Amino acid sequence: MNFSRISIEEILKLEREKRVSPKEVWNFFARRREELEPGVNAFITKVKYLNEGNGIPVGVKDNIIIKGFPTTCGSKILENYIAPYSATAWKRLKEAGFSLSGKTNLDEFAMGSSTEYSAFGPTRNPWDIERVPGGSSGGSAAAVASGMVKFALGSDTGGSVRQPASFCGVVGFKPTYGRISRYGLVAFASSLDQIGIIANSVRDVGYVFSIISGDDPRDSTTSSLPVPSYGEIFKHIEKPFTFIYPEGEFLKGASKEVKEKFSSFVKLLISMGGKGKPVDLSFMTHAIEAYYIVANAEASSNLARYDGVRYGLKAEANKLKDMYFRTRTKGFGEEVKRRILLGTFVLSSGYYDDYYGKGISYREFLRDKMNEIFKEGEFLTLPTTPDVAFKIGERQNPISMYLEDRFTIFANLSGLPAISIPFSLSKKGLPIGFQILSKWYNEDRLLSFSEMLEKKIDFENKLIKEA
Amino acid sequence: MLEPTIGLEIHIQLQTRSKMFCSCKNSYGDPPNTNICPVCLGHPGTLPVLNWEAVKLATKLALALNCKVNMESYFARKNYFYPDLPKGYQITQYKNPLAEDGFIELRNGKKIRIERLHIEEDSGKSIHTEDGTLIDFNRCGVPLAEIVTKPDISSPEEALFFLQFLRKIAVYTGVSDADMEKGNMRCDANLSLKQEGSKKMGTKTEVKNLNSFKFLSKALKYEIQRQKKILEQGGKIHLETRGFDSKKGVTFLMRSKEEAHDYRYFPEPDLPPLKLADSFIQEIKNSMPELHWQKEERFMREFGLDRKTAEVLCAEKEIGNFFEETVKFYGKPKELANWTKTEVLELWNQGLKIRPESLGTLLKIVDDGKLSRLKAKEVLEEMASSGKSPEIIMEERELSQISDEKKLRVTVEEIIKENPDKVEKYRKGKKGLMGFFIGEAMKRTEGRANPKLLNKILGEALKNGE
Ligand SMILES: [Zn+2]
Repeated sequence: MNFSRISIEEILKLEREKRVSPKEVWNFFARRREELEPGVNAFITKVKYLNEGNGIPVGVKDNIIIKGFPTTCGSKILENYIAPYSATAWKRLKEAGFSLSGKTNLDEFAMGSSTEYSAFGPTRNPWDIERVPGGSSGGSAAAVASGMVKFALGSDTGGSVRQPASFCGVVGFKPTYGRISRYGLVAFASSLDQIGIIANSVRDVGYVFSIISGDDPRDSTTSSLPVPSYGEIFKHIEKPFTFIYPEGEFLKGASKEVKEKFSSFVKLLISMGGKGKPVDLSFMTHAIEAYYIVANAEASSNLARYDGVRYGLKAEANKLKDMYFRTRTKGFGEEVKRRILLGTFVLSSGYYDDYYGKGISYREFLRDKMNEIFKEGEFLTLPTTPDVAFKIGERQNPISMYLEDRFTIFANLSGLPAISIPFSLSKKGLPIGFQILSKWYNEDRLLSFSEMLEKKIDFENKLIKEA
Repeated sequence: MLEPTIGLEIHIQLQTRSKMFCSCKNSYGDPPNTNICPVCLGHPGTLPVLNWEAVKLATKLALALNCKVNMESYFARKNYFYPDLPKGYQITQYKNPLAEDGFIELRNGKKIRIERLHIEEDSGKSIHTEDGTLIDFNRCGVPLAEIVTKPDISSPEEALFFLQFLRKIAVYTGVSDADMEKGNMRCDANLSLKQEGSKKMGTKTEVKNLNSFKFLSKALKYEIQRQKKILEQGGKIHLETRGFDSKKGVTFLMRSKEEAHDYRYFPEPDLPPLKLADSFIQEIKNSMPELHWQKEERFMREFGLDRKTAEVLCAEKEIGNFFEETVKFYGKPKELANWTKTEVLELWNQGLKIRPESLGTLLKIVDDGKLSRLKAKEVLEEMASSGKSPEIIMEERELSQISDEKKLRVTVEEIIKENPDKVEKYRKGKKGLMGFFIGEAMKRTEGRANPKLLNKILGEALKNGE
């Protein structure tokens, strides 16, 4: 049986009925992993044998803490760090019976959009191993797309779940900020970070969402709003439904092919009974700047704890200052250093108001704007990425890498829930995904709507077709 | 004339059961690194969770200092690298503190204004040894209240008064032990000099780590003289941070303005705004205990004590309470106050405690003439160390006062017989020798002679031969 192509719900039903054993399920995915992992490099740490749980293997991005396992964050500075506790999201999955397949690769500290900035080598896109899987949750997306795991957890600070999902032809979901506890998610930019879910279907995403989200006393930024159960999430979307889509300059940064596909996506929605309304999203133009100010500022502070004093890499030196310098020089990669420097700069006295202060006010403005926009329709559709997956080594200029996030960061800046679902293949045969956003905490309807589209689009992930 | 302008910054550890952002025990003196967890060690992925007990205590302190409590305040990160600061930043409050605009009043009616009171976490403790620096993280994450005054203080004496006042408030409200020796309360001072009467403030220096009342006075006095000397010689004061060398009694340069940290404050994204409800404030107001200055005034009113005595009694909350308890057993407050502020306080400072009813009983025995004051002090000491009642101690030591006239007369006659020359001189008018006879009689009765009776007998006996 191809366990990649049936839902989590169905696998668990088969297990309950004793028609399959957890071991069979595990072995199915383990064989795929054995076969494909050497080419893809989706994992940093792998669990070899099934020793507990329902056998449904989960990939967990290696910036999410699991007790007793290394948590490297794709960085040399944490190469030998073994966590003394577990993240709430993983704890909940484990309690629900899921089995860990391994810790997946990522851009160092989740800073990047290609998984090339990992101290443990790049992950490759299983659709074309010359190309990147996207990032920073590239390991998670590649593992799901190639059928090495049933689903995976990632983290999404500026699109790090949705962008790789789009590049790998899978579903990537970032819920509302505050929905999933960040306890145990190694912080990159605390006010933007959110754990996300990557799976081959919206249904499975919903299944995992219902388990891991909800109030956590260990994270004061989680919402106490009740979370719909799996049975409650998927509802009928009545017609006509309303949606909005960008017009004009906004799509300028997208490739011709993505633009064309996007317009057929909009047409499809209308054909399905949607009342579409084009909106001017030019107010989002400054989002990239605001995002990189806020994210880097917070990162510069969040990464201060890697100082060689208590855990992780420590360079020897006689003087304290030298120890700090050497440890951090040796331990962090180029991109991380760049962001720490930028973040430190924008918080410096005399610059705060010009940068961080403006970043904060832009976010407030954006939230207000989004509130207005959603009066025009329930769902906002956007491309996920400007283009299809690029080649490994192709993006050398950091700015061009930053622009990868241009369509995804709004959701983080405003805290909105957003999902990317695969739409079709490009001429080169590479997946293209599109995003749907909705109002805060409207995840159940967002997922229901996405599932309705998913059925209509009927995207075929050929990688898991035959297993 | 140059006159000083002083502002103080005081940190007070809040006496919560657990730390400010994790569930570790907040406890002084435990073996190093026993009250620690992933959160207070700054492990990756951990998050702070606010301990409301800390907010409660800080609010109580703020209200006792007449501050305006902000119904919404924010946490911020103060970023700097130091090994005893695990996260590389301290969670504190910056732009919107918990409370602002308070004051305390000096005896002469002058007000020292308080600019702000905010809450923050303490750092770990670096212990420098010959083999290197060790860090104890037990203190890391312990809640602190930081109190910043306006530069309203104009002498080291006022500064000292303020600090002592604050300590008493902290103890009376149960917010903190505020023991400077244990580092529960720590003080930094900003000091500048200006021309008397002038509005223009001079350049200030910050003097750090004034960790006892004595050091505060000493350091401020030294710093005033140092600045005076420079200014009088036409020099300039530089904006700088200075330390205090308690051994040499001098302040020294720690870092200049150029070396000052840029703390890169920004709002703490891991904690939502701190919002207080009206009912929360009301509850704290309702539970506000009597403060030391209120108690002082009441003691003066109710017991007719003078201010100085009332102050001494109320300086320590426990002593004040003890006094009040004991008054119930012994109805002469002034006499009791004398005992309390001397003998009892001395014992208390040695860690020895007395039960109110026992002291009451003892003082009654003295009043009844059954025990001399001198002996009563000895009994008191034993009461404190053994916990026995005064009657039992007196019985064991055969201490009761000798009021038996016959017995005393025998002793007096002995003395007269053995000191004929002195008796002679006395009778010839050297009345000062009475002291000698009394002393001699006390020696022979081990101080147990009833003084009144002894006086009478001695007077009669010496007169006899005249
Ligand atoms: Zn702790």
